[in-house]
Amino acid sequence: MDSKSIKDLCKLACKIRIGVLESVFSAQSGHPGGSLSIADLLAYLYSKELKVDPKNPQNPNRDRLVLSKGHAAPALYSILAHMGFFQLEDLKTLRKLGSHLQGHPSMKSTPGVDMTTGSLGQGISAACGMALGAKLDNSNVRVYCILGDGEIEEGQVWEASMFASHYNLDNLCLFIDNNSLQIDGSIQEVAGLSNIPEKFSSFGFNVLEIDGHDFEQIEDAINKAKNCKSKPSAIIMKTNKGKCVSYMENNVSWHGAAPNKEQFDIAKKELVAALSKLED
Amino acid sequence: MSKLIKKATRESFGEALVEVAKSNDNIVVLDADLATATKTQIFKNAFPDRFFDCGISECNMIGVGAGLSTMGKIPFVASFAMFSAGRGFEQIRNSIAYPNLNVKIAGSHAGISVGEDGATHQCCEDIALMRSIPNMSILNPCDHYEMQEAVKYAATHKGPMYIRLGRLAIESVNNNDDYKFEFGKGIQLKDGKDITLISTGLPVKATLSAANLLKKDGIDARVINIHTIKPIDKDIILKAASETGQIFTIEEHNIIGGLGEAVCSVVCENHPTKVTRIGIDDQFGQSGPAAELLKHYKLDADGLYSTIKNNL
Repeated sequence: MDSKSIKDLCKLACKIRIGVLESVFSAQSGHPGGSLSIADLLAYLYSKELKVDPKNPQNPNRDRLVLSKGHAAPALYSILAHMGFFQLEDLKTLRKLGSHLQGHPSMKSTPGVDMTTGSLGQGISAACGMALGAKLDNSNVRVYCILGDGEIEEGQVWEASMFASHYNLDNLCLFIDNNSLQIDGSIQEVAGLSNIPEKFSSFGFNVLEIDGHDFEQIEDAINKAKNCKSKPSAIIMKTNKGKCVSYMENNVSWHGAAPNKEQFDIAKKELVAALSKLED
Repeated sequence: MSKLIKKATRESFGEALVEVAKSNDNIVVLDADLATATKTQIFKNAFPDRFFDCGISECNMIGVGAGLSTMGKIPFVASFAMFSAGRGFEQIRNSIAYPNLNVKIAGSHAGISVGEDGATHQCCEDIALMRSIPNMSILNPCDHYEMQEAVKYAATHKGPMYIRLGRLAIESVNNNDDYKFEFGKGIQLKDGKDITLISTGLPVKATLSAANLLKKDGIDARVINIHTIKPIDKDIILKAASETGQIFTIEEHNIIGGLGEAVCSVVCENHPTKVTRIGIDDQFGQSGPAAELLKHYKLDADGLYSTIKNNL
């Protein structure tokens, strides 16, 4: 990837993060930590990979993205707004009465949202159904699904993984946002969750391990996933919860809390400074 | 007259799926390792490329159905009622009903007539669960003919739908040539002026027999078959309430949350009338042959007759 592309992706990711902060601050509720950890992935997917059209969000031949970790909705809404699926100003209506931006993604409310999610463990099953549906139609539609690492404690994730592998859903690619934190603490402390790559590998996945904040690694892993035939892929991304906001980074208390005015100003200042540095 | 057929509605369901799938390529069927029992095996044999066994993982099956529907497919997902409506409740609510997706959920082996498997498999709560979910419609056909028509309708219905199937072979009720299935409309099987018996699913046949026993005592009972539990036919219920007074509801389901309470809601809000709910009286079932269980829980003709007589 050339340096201009990387710089453009960095800028977009920074804008996604500003949108996350502004929407969660405006709502005074929401989940900033896990939204910030997937901002780089979303920047890459929407600008380089997904065949989607903001002017025709229901195009049946579009690629699908299922945000199985639905609480990261602020990040999804932010990238969708930046791609032109709806107005950027809408982000400030997050979680407000009458807004199309529900607390968790709702496909019937928000243009560009492919599946209603929020109850953990369910999005991956829907993604399997989409990938199977694409296969039945002999279509080239690819299905991407983003899961939290805490989320994979849900048994349904493993039911779905067995299914994806059994039906050779090589058009399905999972991303595991491995930021190592969940509400009650670290994934190791709370649930003894470890050996994530081995788990997916033993369920028959093509497993790739990357730094989820490195665009070249993201690109390389997605290309490898696309070239892998007859089995689904799982890209395990090491990430930093709260990435790019100094006081939120790797801090579990920002899983589901909104910043106050002072905290918001600090975060915004950091992100705007990072953005203007990129725009120099 | 169509001929009298004695068949389990699960079998009629499997056969009807094959029929509707012949003219609609989008219909696909999913099961969770119970295809031989839910009779989706009949579909599997006819359309092996459109049948997907999900293994013993009902929650995933329901989600896969949701995903398939977003790709334009019309999935019928099947398991025992206990495991589709029961175990999969939250998946049905959040992944199918909330986004209003076009998935049909079949709950087989519903009620106590599962028989020998006992309480763990005798689901008498499925209607209550499904009734409480917005966007959900519920069909509970009472015989072979009704199930055939219900499946034909379900294939054209847009949105989530729960279809209740039984294990036990039952004699047909609707073997008349003018039988017509209309979604959301109850069917008056017998006119009567003294009381009304409103029944659904398997006990409809026994309800008709009970009405005949009551007739010998000079009690003229109207009999209504409700195949669509949600949305319920308010008109036929209110007409009965005003013309006959006292209503008895009969269902192979907990008296909490099922047909009985649906009927109570309609009359309470519009035409207060005494309703006696007959069904499983807020208890778990037990093992035993289906016929003996139905007799034990007074859902056979004699049991219904005596309960009705005692509550007039």
